[in-house]
Amino acid sequence: MADTLDIVVDKEIDARGSFCPGPLMELIRGMKTLPIGGTLAVLSGDPGSLKDIPAWLAKAGHELLATEPHEGYTRFVARKAR
Amino acid sequence: MADRMSIVLFSGTVDKLLAASILATGAAAMDMDVEIFLTTWGIEAFRKGAYKTNTRVSKDFEEYGSVMRELMAAKKAPTWWENLLGAREIGDVHIAACSMTLELFGLTLNDLESVVDEVTGVATFMERAKDSKVTLFI
Repeated sequence: MADTLDIVVDKEIDARGSFCPGPLMELIRGMKTLPIGGTLAVLSGDPGSLKDIPAWLAKAGHELLATEPHEGYTRFVARKAR
Repeated sequence: MADRMSIVLFSGTVDKLLAASILATGAAAMDMDVEIFLTTWGIEAFRKGAYKTNTRVSKDFEEYGSVMRELMAAKKAPTWWENLLGAREIGDVHIAACSMTLELFGLTLNDLESVVDEVTGVATFMERAKDSKVTLFI
C-alpha cells in the first residue's frame, strides 16, 4: 500500500474512545452516509480493528486505501466502491 | 440468499447476553441474516424495561460481576442492549420469543420489548435454523 498520509478524505471519524465492536460500527454507519467513490477515515484504538475492518471492507466490497499505524491507534482509510 | 446465523438464547444473564449481542453484531456486519430464538431466561431479559435493571451474571463467575460492570463502564463498552440495537440497525436481525415459555410465565408479546418481532414455537425456529451456517446455544 502506498504512503497515503496525504490523502484528503471526505469524512474522518475518531472512534478511539469506542470499544469493540464500536469502531467497526462507526465505519459501517459512516460508509452509509457517503456517496459511491467517497473516502472515509476511521481512527481506532481497538486491536481487533486491524483484522475486523479489512475483513468487513473486503466482504462489503469497498476499497481499503491505507492502514496507518500511530501511537496507540490505527487510522484506516477506505473508499466506498459500490 | 444471505448466509444465516441462528442463536437459541436461553440465558438471561448480562455476560451471556453480551456474548450473544456481539456475535449478532459480527454476523450482521458480515452480511449474514441473524435469527434469535428467546426461550426461558432469555425471555426474562427481554421483558419491558428489564435491560435497564438486569445485572445478573452467570453463577459460576458471580464474584466477577461487579468488576466486569466497572471495567465496561470505565472503557465505555457498549451494553448488550446497545450492541443488539446496533446489529439490528446494520443487518437483518430477527428476534422471536418462544410461545411455550410465554405461556408458562403468563406473558404475551406485549410484555416484551418491541425489538421482539414475533412469537413462534420451536418448530418454526428449527425450520429457519436448519439451513444456517452457524447455530449457537447461549
